[in-house]
Amino acid sequence: MSEYLFLVPLFPLIGFLINGLLLGRLPRSMIAFIACVSVGLSFILSLFLFFGLKAMPPEIRIVEQVLFNWIIAGSFHANIGFMLDPLSAVMIMVVSGVGFLIHIYSIGYMRGDTGYGRYFAYLNLFMFSMLILVLADNFLFMFVGWEGVGLCSYLLIGFWFEKKSASDAGKKAFITNRVGDFGFLLGMFIIFWQVGSLNFTEVMASAPQVFVSGGVLITVTCLLLFFGATGKSAQIPLYVWLPDAMEGPTPVSALIHAATMVTAGVYMIVRTNVLFIMAPDALMVVAIIGVVTAFYAATIGLAQNDIKRVLAYSTISQLGYMFLACGVAAFSAGIFHLMTHAFFKALLFMCAGSVIHAMSGQQDMRYMGGLKKYLPITFLSMLMATFAISGIPGFSGFFSKDEILWKSFSSPFGNYILWAVGFITAGLTAFYMFRLIYLTFYGKERMDEKTKAHIHESPKSMTVPLIILAILSVIGGWVGLPHLFGFTNNFEHWLEPVMRKTNQIIAARRINEAVGETGIEWGLMIATVALVLISIYFAYLIYNKRTELATSLREKFSSVHKLLLNKYYIDEFYGAIVIRPLIYFSLFLWKVIDVAVIDGFINGMASSYDDVSGTLRTMQTGRVRTYATIFLAGVVIIIAYMVFY
Amino acid sequence: MISISSYVIVAAVLFGIGTLGVLISRNIIILFMSLELMLNAASLAIIAFSRELNVIDGHVFVFLILAVAAAEAAVGLAMVITLFRNKETLNIDRFNLMKW
Amino acid sequence: MDLTSASINFSIIYPEISLLIAAALILVSVFHKSANRIAPYIALIGIVVSIAMIFKQWGHQESGFFGMITCDSFGVTFKLIFDVTALLSLLIAHRYMISKGINRPEFYALLLISTMGMMVMANTTDLIVIFLGLEIMSVPLYVMAGFAKRSLWSSEAGIKYFIMGAFASSFLLMGIAFIYGASSTTDLRRIVADFHFIMSNSPAYMLTGMALILVGFGFKIGAVPFHSWVPDVYEGAPTPVTAFFSVGPKAAGIAALLRIFIFGFANVMMLSTVFWVLAVLTMSVGNILALKQNNIKRLLAYSSIAHAGYILVALTVGGNDAISAAIFYLVAYIMFNLGAFAVVTLMETRSGCKSDFSELVGLAKVHPYLAAVLTLFMFALAGFPPTAGFFGKFYIFSAAIKSGYIWLAVIGMLNSFLSVYYYLRVVKTSYFDSSDKSFIPVKYSLSIIIVLVITVIGTLGIGLFPQQFLNWSQSALFAFL
Repeated sequence: MSEYLFLVPLFPLIGFLINGLLLGRLPRSMIAFIACVSVGLSFILSLFLFFGLKAMPPEIRIVEQVLFNWIIAGSFHANIGFMLDPLSAVMIMVVSGVGFLIHIYSIGYMRGDTGYGRYFAYLNLFMFSMLILVLADNFLFMFVGWEGVGLCSYLLIGFWFEKKSASDAGKKAFITNRVGDFGFLLGMFIIFWQVGSLNFTEVMASAPQVFVSGGVLITVTCLLLFFGATGKSAQIPLYVWLPDAMEGPTPVSALIHAATMVTAGVYMIVRTNVLFIMAPDALMVVAIIGVVTAFYAATIGLAQNDIKRVLAYSTISQLGYMFLACGVAAFSAGIFHLMTHAFFKALLFMCAGSVIHAMSGQQDMRYMGGLKKYLPITFLSMLMATFAISGIPGFSGFFSKDEILWKSFSSPFGNYILWAVGFITAGLTAFYMFRLIYLTFYGKERMDEKTKAHIHESPKSMTVPLIILAILSVIGGWVGLPHLFGFTNNFEHWLEPVMRKTNQIIAARRINEAVGETGIEWGLMIATVALVLISIYFAYLIYNKRTELATSLREKFSSVHKLLLNKYYIDEFYGAIVIRPLIYFSLFLWKVIDVAVIDGFINGMASSYDDVSGTLRTMQTGRVRTYATIFLAGVVIIIAYMVFY
Repeated sequence: MISISSYVIVAAVLFGIGTLGVLISRNIIILFMSLELMLNAASLAIIAFSRELNVIDGHVFVFLILAVAAAEAAVGLAMVITLFRNKETLNIDRFNLMKW
Repeated sequence: MDLTSASINFSIIYPEISLLIAAALILVSVFHKSANRIAPYIALIGIVVSIAMIFKQWGHQESGFFGMITCDSFGVTFKLIFDVTALLSLLIAHRYMISKGINRPEFYALLLISTMGMMVMANTTDLIVIFLGLEIMSVPLYVMAGFAKRSLWSSEAGIKYFIMGAFASSFLLMGIAFIYGASSTTDLRRIVADFHFIMSNSPAYMLTGMALILVGFGFKIGAVPFHSWVPDVYEGAPTPVTAFFSVGPKAAGIAALLRIFIFGFANVMMLSTVFWVLAVLTMSVGNILALKQNNIKRLLAYSSIAHAGYILVALTVGGNDAISAAIFYLVAYIMFNLGAFAVVTLMETRSGCKSDFSELVGLAKVHPYLAAVLTLFMFALAGFPPTAGFFGKFYIFSAAIKSGYIWLAVIGMLNSFLSVYYYLRVVKTSYFDSSDKSFIPVKYSLSIIIVLVITVIGTLGIGLFPQQFLNWSQSALFAFL
């Protein structure tokens, strides 16, 4: 089985090479075919690998394939190697599966675009990098994938680069990510310095001996890794790029900025869970950042009018939940939510894309409304996804989110404050999601006549993926039905081999703390569901039943509304606090240090080299006899030195 | 009995004359002769060493070297002919089209 | 001559023989009227057969011709290098020779014979045979340099190369004479066996001999101060010939230097100082003089001097790490340098072009792929990751640092920074400069496309999978004699 691992990322790479090198000279159907088939093959292979892994006994569910040694320099080894374990098996299925559906969806969505070949080439390159990221067996190779997805994200956000806002957004995403990457790199260096290896298996095996549990070094390492994760996964303080990333084509938002790439940070933390569990302080930071981001982004989501921006903030908020799960050492709950989120958030974006498609590019919800009867399939799919994200019992999001909330309360690393914030956020989530539904699909039709005449349901290639994802959004959570309902939580069970060390530590800690009781668990769950239902009712009240309420509320709380609408002015804050001083500083560096000092030095060097070059050239007279003379001088000097020294 | 060092000195002097000839002469033909002189100086040294050390190899080497020298001379003279056709001169200093 | 191992053992020179047969066939075919057309194919077949023979020799360890020819993995590796060089040069040359009206069959014969000479040079431990190999290699090269008889430039390049080459050969031969006089043999293995005895007996002969031999090969690889011929000959010779010059004889010279100075005269303190100075001079002078060139061929000539300097760094350092790094570098260098020359040749097949910088202007607009490929080669020459050039330098300099030659490594790195300037100037000119003259489009031919594909794959492949190639070049050192 292990010998097929490398094929998983190879297929999209081949797709990329074909579409990329031919620069879209192929007919469109051919381009789409190559791109989709390459990802489809990866998905099928992932399924086979998953079932192959499942057939093995749980203790040995780890398959490694080292293609070759990439770089060896002294004690430093880096392999091009892949590792399949329960965690990466789940990841490759989610990535290639959702990726495949979005590729199909793109066929219809990008139909009229001139950059068709370029688009699919980038998309395939992204799939390749993302699969490398999740399958890598060492930090360095993972970093290659990590940078690769960053690059693709940049390319795809700025896909319509002739639009200035798009190319700016691309740059913003790239630069913000680079800041985080720096943390990741530093963390990696510390690990290599301490452990002497970057291979995951080796690092995880020797970490407990090398690092002092709870020590400064491990805490710093984990915080640095987490800092890297905040960049990629859009958490405070590095989340600012994600809302702007919505400038890219909508399928890209669905694939990269909702379902897969942004979850890379979560994946990385779960992958290194052995390190994090040894640093409780770092875990605390992760949990706090996660829950604060979740709450904070949800509040911003309340007031946004752009349909994609609402979803972008919702993504940030949901990622916050995943980090909250990681922070309370409920790593499998984090991955569980990652998976269900991939389904329903990709679906939400694709539905939004379908809506935008129907509205001739209009993204502002204030000019929508009443679309239910025009776009039945889109509406139903979106409703399913909304139920899922809001946490209506039975839908996928309910199980994963509820597990996170319960763990944040009951875990030895959790507490009731974390739970309370997460709880309120769940209410906010339901509210802003139903606000979106009511504004878009119900109520008066607020678009102009020209747009209205144009509204149509999307083509098959777009609606079929919607339906498939809608089904997954409903049933996707059933793989992890909780103990509370009398099930065994298969999902947690599946990931157990990856978390073995972590579970031991948690179990050891739990002895002297109160074990969560089923009574409390029932109570908290019912409270959450009640809050969600109340929020939905309010949304119904304000945005459907009595729409004048919305206006009056907005006027009553105009200052709050303005604050939320402007996203807490955080971009402006960063502009004033970070960017402006940086610009001044770089102006100083440029004008004074660079131009005067360094350029002066370099230019001086260059001109002196130029002079030397000019002088030396005169020895190159073009006359053979001069050459022979120089030659003879060399001979004489060498002999003289050798013989008489 | 003439000692080995005398042969080596003669060879070195011949070699030196050849080298100087390359440096000084402007005419390509004379320059070629100087080059031949250098090769022959080396041959002389090898023969002398061969006799002195009582190893017969050296004699064979000299035959090889003679063959090499003949090949070089053939190629060189052919080149001189093409050069003369192109530029009507055999002054080596005039061939400085490419420099710096 | 080692008469005890009394066998001829022809099988060890099959690769050489196949080249020779092909060359002989070409020379015979001259009398046929379509000789022009069939000659390249005969040469191609000869090289391919030769490569096949090399693979049959892989991993063997034999000697023959009474010990005068050896066949070990080091020599076989170099045979392969020479054959690949010859193959690529042949493919580069074909269309060019036709377009310049000098596509005569003897060119291909000369190419094959010269390649054969290199093989002889790399596959012997006997100084006299090395000298013979050197001459078999050089004499055809003199003719090839002056192959465009009507061209003032080409014939001048030919005569310059000839005079300097013969001059250097005489020094080499004199050096061999001195070594012979001191040790009564020309077989390196026997010299190594009683090295200390010979050194203490007649140090002056030995040291003078070593110095002269060093000079002889220093000339071939273009080490400063024996480099003066390089730019002139490179500029004047037909471009495909220049391509061949820039790698073939250089690789052969390196092979001989490795045999003689790493295996033979190891541990001579003075030698390592001389190598140090030569390396520093070669790198620096090559790079500094390249700064002001306006002709691409001349620029690449100086750049090839600089690259010889980097390899000399490895020779100075010695030891397995450095030597395998040198071989690695050589292979990488062949790839990207021949690639760069292929592009230059392609540009020069346009009428009236002399490889001046101004002819590059507008390349990126008319031929985006060609410009991208040229950029890749320039990046590789400058030593940017992830190209082969980066890892070549990385391995050499890290070997230097590991053995304590910190300053040498620092000077080498400074030099490679310096070189970025003129390599990127090529890129800049082809992408960003503008002129009122319109760019004349180039015509691709199949053979040149094949060369470009091979060299691009080589440059990137070695850069992406450096360890594989390093292992391979380390295996070449196995049983290094």
